[in-house]
Amino acid sequence: MLEIAVQKRMGDFDLDATFEAPDGVTAIFGKSGSGKTTLVNAIVGLARPDAGRIAVHGQVLFDHATRINIPVAKRRVGYVFQDARLFPHMSVQRNLSYGGDYDAKRIIDMLGLGDLLDRRPAGLSGGERQRVALGRALMCDPQILLMDEPLAALDAPRKAEILPYIARLRDETRVPIIYVSHDVSEVARLATTVVLLEAGRVAVTGPVGQVLSRPDLVPLLGTRAAGAVIETRVAGRLLDDDLTELQFSGGRLLMPGHLGALGQALRLRIPAQDVILSREAPKGISALNVLPVTITDIVSGRGPGMAVGLRAGDDQLLARVTKRSAGRMELAVGMQIFAIIKATAVGPKDIGS
Amino acid sequence: MGALGPQEWAAIFLSLRVALVAVICALPFAIGVAYLLARKQFFGRQLLNVAVHLPLVMPPVVTGYLLLVLFGSQGPVGRVLEQVLGLSLAFRWTGAALAAAIMAFPLMVRAIRLGLEAIDPGLEDAAATLGASRWRVFGTVTLPLALPSILAGVVLGFAKALGEFGATITFVAAIPGQTQTIPSAIYGLLQVPNSGPAVVGLVTVSIVLAMGALLLSEWLAQRMARKVGR
Repeated sequence: MLEIAVQKRMGDFDLDATFEAPDGVTAIFGKSGSGKTTLVNAIVGLARPDAGRIAVHGQVLFDHATRINIPVAKRRVGYVFQDARLFPHMSVQRNLSYGGDYDAKRIIDMLGLGDLLDRRPAGLSGGERQRVALGRALMCDPQILLMDEPLAALDAPRKAEILPYIARLRDETRVPIIYVSHDVSEVARLATTVVLLEAGRVAVTGPVGQVLSRPDLVPLLGTRAAGAVIETRVAGRLLDDDLTELQFSGGRLLMPGHLGALGQALRLRIPAQDVILSREAPKGISALNVLPVTITDIVSGRGPGMAVGLRAGDDQLLARVTKRSAGRMELAVGMQIFAIIKATAVGPKDIGS
Repeated sequence: MGALGPQEWAAIFLSLRVALVAVICALPFAIGVAYLLARKQFFGRQLLNVAVHLPLVMPPVVTGYLLLVLFGSQGPVGRVLEQVLGLSLAFRWTGAALAAAIMAFPLMVRAIRLGLEAIDPGLEDAAATLGASRWRVFGTVTLPLALPSILAGVVLGFAKALGEFGATITFVAAIPGQTQTIPSAIYGLLQVPNSGPAVVGLVTVSIVLAMGALLLSEWLAQRMARKVGR
């Protein structure tokens, strides 16, 4: 567990963030310039806050009041930089063991680094570099791991290549991870907790499924980023149609492709802009997924759009419709309606394990 | 090289010894000063910068005169060195090495500083997050990455030390076998009639030494570049 309360002034920018990150992956999510990097630099000790307190598992790393400021090298905070920062004059093996060789064999296996050990960083792809950087940080046996937009410099295929490794890390090690990102599908796939940063302040913090599906946060998240995150389980497979059937508290969903073995847990992000609402059970449409839902919230935005919160079983969904359609449909809180989700709207990047 | 007599050979070996000792002794200080100038902000930084570069822009004779005043057997520093360490500089080859080191110093600092400034401080930060102390970061990241520029500084410094004339002759004169380096030997020979062949011999040796140093440094730089993988 990480407890953080930092204030730092830099020019016109004021960072004033207080939150607690439980074990698991805590995503710090926000637009560029919202203070994400300064925040993680303060945790690792590369930036010194003007005031505040930072503690990991009860051990104080920084406390302005009692003048404690543990030097970077003694904090045992692992840091994976956006640009990997591998040492160019050392082999992968020497990079990995630079800070220690804690659990080396398992980490090398888990990250698939065995074949890279004799290579030099200059010869690695972007994805390989990030995996080495991740392994290097883990082999120091850190108390907490910070990842500052580790995938931002990679193209989509490289991202898809490395995300499963990070998910494995989350599930197989007990190191709490702070994951900085401005990409909502990464956050949705990996995070357990979300800290939403807005102009240097913590706007919201909470479990990922709750935060990303809150209708009132749509303006903060951005209309593209808003969308529910639900935990599902593979319930079946329609071989002829190449579809996978997913079960969640609100019903069943059919998604294209082979997504996992029977019973496997899958996390699914359903972007708000891809959910269509209907007052009656629709007939004769191509969309496969029609769920009965109850309206819990209606929040009107600045533009022509509105965010509609929906309850499906125990899960929360989110839809974005125009004010005009909301008026024509006479949507109101408590109303029972149908949510239509097009199977192909949920891309592979929105499905995680 | 039949044109070279024992006195000329003595001058050549003395020059090599003076230049090597000068560069080896100056190198740690040059790296330290270059690191301070490249990486740290402190009071008097600009003053240090000016002081380091002074020998480059002052007339060498002036530098030699100042050395004589400070490090001569009656000078404040010279007296202490002689009494405490038994190290005498005036009119000795050690004095020639000091003069050569002072003159080579700014060139070495400049080359090394450029190299240090080209290293991404982010790599040093990364090493610190991996638990490395400041000294370990310096020794395992900064120094190895700066090696090509340190090498360039060494070659430049060596060439400068080999060719140093004004400050050396002012400080330690040109005593054959004692303080007479290649440049002062050439200058001395030019004052004597019929010494053409010896002059040509010494000039040739100078050119060969300079080219050899350059080729060696190029070769080493390429090897290092391959190692870093760029």
